[in-house]
Amino acid sequence: MSLKLNQHISREFNAELERIRSQVLRMGGLVEAQLVHAVQALREGDSELADEVLKADQRINQLEVEIDAECTEIVALRQPAASDLRLIMGVIKTISDLERIGDEAKRVAKMADSDLAGHLPEHMSMEINYMADLARGMLHDVLDAFARLDADDALKIAQRDRQVDLKYESITRQLITYMVQDAKSIPTALAIMWAVRSLERIGDRSQNIAEHLIYLVRGEDVRHVPLDDLLQSANPRKTR
Amino acid sequence: MDTELNAQPSLLQEDSQNAELAVVVRGLHVYYGARLVLDNISLDVEQKQVTALIGPSGCGKSTLLRCFNRLNDLIDDCHVQGQVRLFKRNIYHPDEDVVTLRRQVGMVFQRPNPFPKSIFDNVAYGVRLQHKLGARELREVVRWSLKAAALWDEVKDRLSESALKLSSGQQQRLVIARALAVKPSVLLLDEPASNLDPISMLKLEELITELKSRYTIIIVTHNMQQAARVSDHTAFIDQGRLIEVSDTRSLFTHPKQKQTEDYITGRYG
Repeated sequence: MSLKLNQHISREFNAELERIRSQVLRMGGLVEAQLVHAVQALREGDSELADEVLKADQRINQLEVEIDAECTEIVALRQPAASDLRLIMGVIKTISDLERIGDEAKRVAKMADSDLAGHLPEHMSMEINYMADLARGMLHDVLDAFARLDADDALKIAQRDRQVDLKYESITRQLITYMVQDAKSIPTALAIMWAVRSLERIGDRSQNIAEHLIYLVRGEDVRHVPLDDLLQSANPRKTR
Repeated sequence: MDTELNAQPSLLQEDSQNAELAVVVRGLHVYYGARLVLDNISLDVEQKQVTALIGPSGCGKSTLLRCFNRLNDLIDDCHVQGQVRLFKRNIYHPDEDVVTLRRQVGMVFQRPNPFPKSIFDNVAYGVRLQHKLGARELREVVRWSLKAAALWDEVKDRLSESALKLSSGQQQRLVIARALAVKPSVLLLDEPASNLDPISMLKLEELITELKSRYTIIIVTHNMQQAARVSDHTAFIDQGRLIEVSDTRSLFTHPKQKQTEDYITGRYG
């Protein structure tokens, strides 16, 4: 059953749902930009850019509050059912995850003010960059899938969190090795660990958004369901 | 009214395997003259549960409700095919006693229809027709029925007053008390709250929830939020056909049929 937001008898309701959808995408766009700027600020030690990230977070928080209020109003006045209800519930959960992604980006940006910023070892800088690309790619693509209300794509995106987790584990292992070999590297290694931890959380939250999207399109709650089981049920012949 | 009866042993066997069913409908077709108003309806209604029938005006949901107590018999050109079984008994069998059936299957309509009599006499009316009870026993039945309909506390000191003095919400509960007094097994409610203010409506919904521990309730309603609040199962009917029936939570959160989705979300199909 494809999901259409614009076929209600009430045109005003169509407009309200469309406005919410576009506001979520706007919020998502801001959060994605935050992430890109935060990683750039960390790599280049650009504290001005980091300050911009900290300031822009207020706009994201404000959007969360506004969208939340609109959703509450729709629940109270329209009493939505079925796909409309799932859309509203999905949006409320999605904007909460987006706001948290914004917070994680802020944490990464704060590292730009530390001694570490701009002086990351080259290979570590590349590793962080690669991990940030993986997390940002998930976020970008899940927002794109949200714009198209595409549950199939959402499922594929949710799977990609595994790559982010693997990269996180790999960087953590390297950092532990540094700390064991040289006690002086501990402060730097811990700082890097905080930053990559934030990137790992962004992957998790993007996966959450993908799961909310699957729920709102298909009415199927896939949280806490192993991905392999999901793939199996989505495509029983191909996956064994 | 004509009926065509075709006993199907296999279906009867199926009933006996499921003792939880109060009403079983199989292959029900209803015509008004040549016009088909219910098209091949098959539906199971579980005992001591609330089943809501929803659908647009003229879809046939009230006609289906009236099949459960054969009220359609009163319509001259109504013609029924198929089976309706109440606790495994085919109620369209020629030997069926319709008076007994209607005692067993009580009905409450959209507009409360109290008799122009006292509150007490309204509730006692059906009981008097049915049994010769002593005054004390009759008082006890009236008290029990009014209590069951959550009206006793509001009327216990004015039982001899005219029922027409009660508010619409109270009148609707009085009519339910009148139906309960003759000890039905099934209660049919045909848009019982559509003329009530929000507080009376909520009281009625609360009553429905309380009554379901003792009765099987089938409710026709245009108010989908009401169906969602009070019922355990919901059946969506459109243009005389049963489109979807499932537990109420599933139907209102992720219906399987697009027609159901369009109807409950207010979309044009």
